[in-house]
Amino acid sequence: MTRIEKLFSTKQKDICNIYFTAGFPNLNDTEKIILTLEKAGADMVEIGMPYSDPLADGETIQQSGSVALKNGMTLDILFGQIESVRQKSQIPLVMMGYFNQVMQYGEEAFFKKCNEVGIDGLILPDLPAAIYEADYQQLMNENGLNNIFLITPQTPDERIVYLDKLSSGFVYMVADASVTGKQKDISNNQITYFERIEKMNLSNPRLIGFGIADHQSFSTACAHANGAIIGSAFIRALEKSENIEATIFDFIGMIKNKKAQIA
Amino acid sequence: MLETNIEKKKYDVDEQGFYGEFGGAFIPEMLYPNVEHLRKQYLEIMYEPEFQKEFRALLKDYVGRPSPLYFAKKLSAHYNTKIYLKREDLNHTGAHKINNTIGQILLAKRLGKHRIIAETGAGQHGVATATVCALAGLECIVFMGEVDIERQAPNVARMRMLGAKVVPAKSGSRTLKDATNEAIRDWINNPNDTHYIIGSVVGPHPYPDMVARFQSVISEEMKWQLKEQTGKEDPDTIIACVGGGSNAAGAFYHYLENEKVKLVAVEASGLGNDTGKSAATSVLGSKGVLHGSRTLLMQTEDGQVEEPYSISAGLDYPGIGPMHSHLIGSGRAEVFGATDEEALHAARFLAKMEGIIPALETAHAFAVLDKMTFEKDEVVVLNLSGRGDKDLTTYIDFFKLNG
Repeated sequence: MTRIEKLFSTKQKDICNIYFTAGFPNLNDTEKIILTLEKAGADMVEIGMPYSDPLADGETIQQSGSVALKNGMTLDILFGQIESVRQKSQIPLVMMGYFNQVMQYGEEAFFKKCNEVGIDGLILPDLPAAIYEADYQQLMNENGLNNIFLITPQTPDERIVYLDKLSSGFVYMVADASVTGKQKDISNNQITYFERIEKMNLSNPRLIGFGIADHQSFSTACAHANGAIIGSAFIRALEKSENIEATIFDFIGMIKNKKAQIA
Repeated sequence: MLETNIEKKKYDVDEQGFYGEFGGAFIPEMLYPNVEHLRKQYLEIMYEPEFQKEFRALLKDYVGRPSPLYFAKKLSAHYNTKIYLKREDLNHTGAHKINNTIGQILLAKRLGKHRIIAETGAGQHGVATATVCALAGLECIVFMGEVDIERQAPNVARMRMLGAKVVPAKSGSRTLKDATNEAIRDWINNPNDTHYIIGSVVGPHPYPDMVARFQSVISEEMKWQLKEQTGKEDPDTIIACVGGGSNAAGAFYHYLENEKVKLVAVEASGLGNDTGKSAATSVLGSKGVLHGSRTLLMQTEDGQVEEPYSISAGLDYPGIGPMHSHLIGSGRAEVFGATDEEALHAARFLAKMEGIIPALETAHAFAVLDKMTFEKDEVVVLNLSGRGDKDLTTYIDFFKLNG
């Protein structure tokens, strides 16, 4: 059982998963960010592997990735940082990145390394489901990795069932037809979509991401799924931060309880 | 006219969208419904008789096809062989790009899309897209790298004159690769009303195959034109420049399975392949995923896409289409490189010898004539993919033509 599966076996509601880009704002902030997120009350952390051409990401995450790459972040450095975090924390860790990075590292070597350093799951948005099924599902299983697929408001029902079957850990519900980081309120259409998926009784827990930025959108997402993923809003908070630890406590406080933000 | 993929061919795309190990659709789920919709429909739509009728009529009366196949007498004498130029530069809008945009705009209408997006490097595809959007009365947004907007100013003005909105791509190297990223992101954000007209044989399946099929009119015409002029349908050699590779794909298409016809792809070597300033993907690249397909691309050891360099905006791309990766990998096509300087001199030589000013992209193909050896009776077709009006500033500066 991965740490993700353990988490969902004890907690099914209000899961707070925070995304950050590794190497941003500084090359060696990874450990501080993960450990502080855990202390502040995040349930899971999604670590973005910075990439030169992140197709599914909006400006905020693109920018943070460019900065991280300029800071010198590489997969080897990142794996080293995660290995060190794992000595101090058992929080579920998901890596998010693009398939080209995995190919260059060598797929099998990459999965093994993830297992070794204590990664629990992967989100590779541009890895086709059919190729995963044919070439990588077994390898990932053998290395104790959950593979998390995305579904969107446009994904047909039968494909949702297929992607749910292929996923483990959780299913990533993309909240809106958009790249990451669009700032707007959750619409009625989105609620209808959340409700439609709720009724499908998927075999995996569901986390909603893309456009979740504050307490209100977080609680709306939590009302229709097991929790939510927050990325761009957190990066924006880090961008302005003078004290990363304080920013993280404020941010998680704001997400979980509106009053903390006002106070 | 019905040539769906029933017969399995060696160099053709397979059902999953692969050319050997290259191709496929490596796309985020957000793009899946649109790409899948296209995949299911494209062959049926594009080979339906009404579509073909409309497509062929526009190619003839609007684009001005067939494009001439011109026997370049002086050039042939100089290289002591027989060189024929396929004059795609004489097409409306000045390059081969319009063959594909005419096809895709008709397809977009049948798919019920009314907003068109495109990426462009040199601006030729942007102009060709803006043109067909004006023709069809559809909204047109063209993404173009900031760097390219500067070096291809005449084409930017053309697109705006045609009513298109030109959006600068400000990320990464601010060239074709980044314009493509921005177009893909726009498509993710606008999944319902938008069709993305990709300008080359790149991107997720079915784009490489679809664009190759629309461009295949080039080699289709070459066959009967060669028959008329030489008595044989087949040339000995076909030469074309490759950025993403659409003009090469079109020129090679009907000869792919005929292995007696030698296929030569010419990449841009920029300042030289060992200078770190090159766009010669097949030499400097390795297997990976770029813009939704598994192909050869220039990248770091850590899988970060590298910024290519070429004086020619249309070749300044870190990958090549999956079909070309396969053709090169399997040895079916031979690759040459041409540097900025070689291309510039080749352009001037062609202008003086034959009275034709080629696009900088095309000039790279001419540059390899100096590097190859030919038989006296060899029939060589060089695909003259575009004209050089857009590159005049570069030519003026390099050759000091202003005084």
